[in-house]
Amino acid sequence: MTVAKTLYDKIWDAHVVHQDKDGTCLLYIDRHLVHEVTSPQAFEGLRMTGRTVRAPEKTIAVPDHNVPTTPDRENGIENPESRIQVDALDKNAREFGVNYYPVNDIRQGIVHIVGPEQGWTLPGMTVVCGDSHTATHGAFGALAHGIGTSEVEHVLATQTLIQQKSRNMKVEITGSLRPGVTAKDITLSVIGVTGTAGGTGYVIEYCGQAIRELSMEGRMTVCNMAIEGGARAGLIAPDEKTFAYVQGRPHAPKGAQWDAALAWWKTLQSDEDAHWDKVITLRGEDIAPVVTWGTSPEDVLPITASVPAAEDFSGGKVDAVRRALDYMGLKPGQKLTDIEIDTVFIGSCTNGRIEDLRAAAAILKDKKIKSGLRAMVVPGSGLVRAQAEEEGLAQIFIDAGFEWRLAGCSMCLAMNPDQLSPGERCAATSNRNFEGRQGRGGRTHLMSPAMAAAAAITGRLTDVRELTGEPVLTG
Amino acid sequence: MDKFTTLSGVAAPMPLVNIDTDMIIPKQFLKTIQRSGLGKNLFDEMRFDDNGNEIPDFVLNQPAYRQAQILVAGDNFGCGSSREHAPWALLDFGIRCVISTSFADIFYNNCFKNGILPIVLPQEHVDILMDDARKGENARVSIDLESQTVTSADGQQFSFEIDPFKKHCLLNGLDDIGLTLEKVSAIDSFEAQANQSRPWV
Repeated sequence: MTVAKTLYDKIWDAHVVHQDKDGTCLLYIDRHLVHEVTSPQAFEGLRMTGRTVRAPEKTIAVPDHNVPTTPDRENGIENPESRIQVDALDKNAREFGVNYYPVNDIRQGIVHIVGPEQGWTLPGMTVVCGDSHTATHGAFGALAHGIGTSEVEHVLATQTLIQQKSRNMKVEITGSLRPGVTAKDITLSVIGVTGTAGGTGYVIEYCGQAIRELSMEGRMTVCNMAIEGGARAGLIAPDEKTFAYVQGRPHAPKGAQWDAALAWWKTLQSDEDAHWDKVITLRGEDIAPVVTWGTSPEDVLPITASVPAAEDFSGGKVDAVRRALDYMGLKPGQKLTDIEIDTVFIGSCTNGRIEDLRAAAAILKDKKIKSGLRAMVVPGSGLVRAQAEEEGLAQIFIDAGFEWRLAGCSMCLAMNPDQLSPGERCAATSNRNFEGRQGRGGRTHLMSPAMAAAAAITGRLTDVRELTGEPVLTG
Repeated sequence: MDKFTTLSGVAAPMPLVNIDTDMIIPKQFLKTIQRSGLGKNLFDEMRFDDNGNEIPDFVLNQPAYRQAQILVAGDNFGCGSSREHAPWALLDFGIRCVISTSFADIFYNNCFKNGILPIVLPQEHVDILMDDARKGENARVSIDLESQTVTSADGQQFSFEIDPFKKHCLLNGLDDIGLTLEKVSAIDSFEAQANQSRPWV
């Protein structure tokens, strides 16, 4: 009799190199993505110990966090520290012979957008990167998670990681989403239910009809924020949509290898009677367009709601909410749709893909942003940017009053010049609303691309359904 | 990496929940290409005002806690990014141990790579240690990794759980990569087999 397994169990079992008596495993890593911020100390470690990169052909490097997104970046990076980091990646990538997309390559972009786009990310793989949003790649049914710099060095040197297995959590979204509701609303709503520590110690598999109905882009948005719920990784079982997305990409298998791969990928589903340590179920019909009001991704509410009071919470969260409301400059009872914004940021590894730009452009077509607002679109990769230009989306953004930028992480974490000033309030499609995340004193409200576009038009947090005339069925 | 065996030192109370990695070390300090020197920027935006002056209320600016080696913190400490700069900054400041009810996964793992011991205790024990920590520099906490115990200033002892492999590495200051490279033949044979069964990888 075979033991019923989850998808996570199956991928795990296929990658165990060695297991110690205490259960500690050495896990083989199929793909290692590298960016400039968390890798310099790791490459330096290799040099100091005379070690080398074990599998440069499975290692992919791209600068994204520090790179400016203005057209003048081809003249070099002005900030000396950012320049040193990007130069260090360039030097390391060339010296150690890993796959590399330099700043001015059209394939450059946010590492989690480049990996899938180039076909590096495939179902059933183990994928790691020195970046917490590596969870994104789980959308392909790959076990993907962030690691620290010491682990980056470990993977470079050994192509393995020392790991303890996580527990299995199933997050099922039944039924279909209502009009105006997107993948971002799913993933934020799940965190609203579990809290930011609810996934700690787990790998989440997202399933259910509403997940199946999402595009690959939408599934990447959902998995991207698994880390915001505390989970090690998020997974979605591969299906025909996955295979169609992968087929024909530069590094996807071809010919007989494609057939062999496909045969295996089709087995990558959780068994019917697999054991789950925790199960969360949400009805797709109940999910509303949501925004965050506080300084943790769990501080999320439907756009139709009002700012809560600290007293609505318990334990350590009471003081945290008091601090958050003070930081965010909000009063309990204030309607979320009355909150005026200064800035709109559309982009990031959460929502910087072509479908995200299409969703925002659909709202912005033939409209103007509110006068006085600063608004920018930062495509997730040079190829996303080129496609958006070809589809006419770029012109819609420009006509509406948005800045049309080059690819990078940009204002999601504000390591480049794209930053908020103290007190500046931003409608953002990124993933973290932490204090200071987008710039010291900056105030971030997380939401979907369509909701960010709606906010750009009205200058305040807005229910996108107000603009589209879609029925308000949830909230 | 320095060994961690026992530690006796001042514990600073940080009861805020969800202390994230952007708080521990804001992104403008991630541009370094070294591991050292980040202690002066630990908790930068909570510790210093816009002009770089110390904010007197912040716990690590108070005389009793300037030499703290232990943090007692609210739930979900270290959530957010994978930046190992967070434990590097803590270590560079002199923090060798953080006690909380829970830690974010990546931060937790990163601590062990840098000789920092993250200790998970139930809420009621963290509450007792938090109250003790509020008493200032007279309230020293002692930690013994071998026996897996935390002892409060007045002698109350709490046991904690830790993965045996992580404990072994921390007690002996072992280099993970060196240990893994001892298993290189297992990696070689796994790779050879995977090249047959999943040649597209």
